[in-house]
Amino acid sequence: MEISFYLASAIAVIATMMTITRYNLVHALLYLVVSFLAISIVFYLLGAPFIAALEIIIYAGAIVVLMIFVIMMLNLKQGSIDDERAWLKGPIMVGPSILCAILLVELVYIVWPASGAGIGINAVNAKGVGLSLYGPYVIGVELSGILLMAGIVGAYHLGRQKKTVTHRFLEKQEE
Amino acid sequence: MNGIPFEYGLTLAAVLFTLGLISVLVRRNIIFMLISVEIMLNAAGLAFIVAGSRWNQPDGQVMFIFILTMAAAEVSVGLALILQIYHQLKTLDSDAANKMKG
Repeated sequence: MEISFYLASAIAVIATMMTITRYNLVHALLYLVVSFLAISIVFYLLGAPFIAALEIIIYAGAIVVLMIFVIMMLNLKQGSIDDERAWLKGPIMVGPSILCAILLVELVYIVWPASGAGIGINAVNAKGVGLSLYGPYVIGVELSGILLMAGIVGAYHLGRQKKTVTHRFLEKQEE
Repeated sequence: MNGIPFEYGLTLAAVLFTLGLISVLVRRNIIFMLISVEIMLNAAGLAFIVAGSRWNQPDGQVMFIFILTMAAAEVSVGLALILQIYHQLKTLDSDAANKMKG
């Protein structure tokens, strides 16, 4: 069980590194799906089977499919990959990578002497999550509903294409 | 059988978060920046799950569900913004969008 945790972690990290270094958007998204599947296995091993299912359904399913739809709507050409190759040159990556690596070392240094306690021995199933979600956290559920409503309205408002009406003498933008 | 050590899970979350942060800083394509923000949110959720699993409480999983909701709302608004930017500027370069009324 522990060996599968280490394997899934390694796959998640490698797939994420491949995601952030690809030039082609669709290849990056496919590696992102692999990374989400590996993290889902980690969730399962940590005793959260409900969250593992949600990770696959919502992250690897809905969000990635939404991004693929947008890439299809953008209708990118071969030139975009060449642009990407020109933007992502080696020297650009050095500075941010070094700074972030220092932050990572600090974070790991803070985390490491924690307790040595084992995790993932007892699973917390969907029933416990549901009882907690609709018990003490019910205000959070309502706020999430408001957030999703705002998201829907915002996406509709921003995604609307404004038509230009061309008359003989005057051109106006339709609100 | 002692289970997976607590530090390893938090370290995995930290590594994934750092990879996402590097990608946000390095990339110039707006869609790649949005993908990196997704990676970072997912890593934060992983840290919540690890902590919740450490004390056998469902609170970490509840927080992950809230993060998931937030990520879904964020990606829908972000993709609508990307569509508008691409419509107006004909490029995905984030540096091209540095002027207002662009």
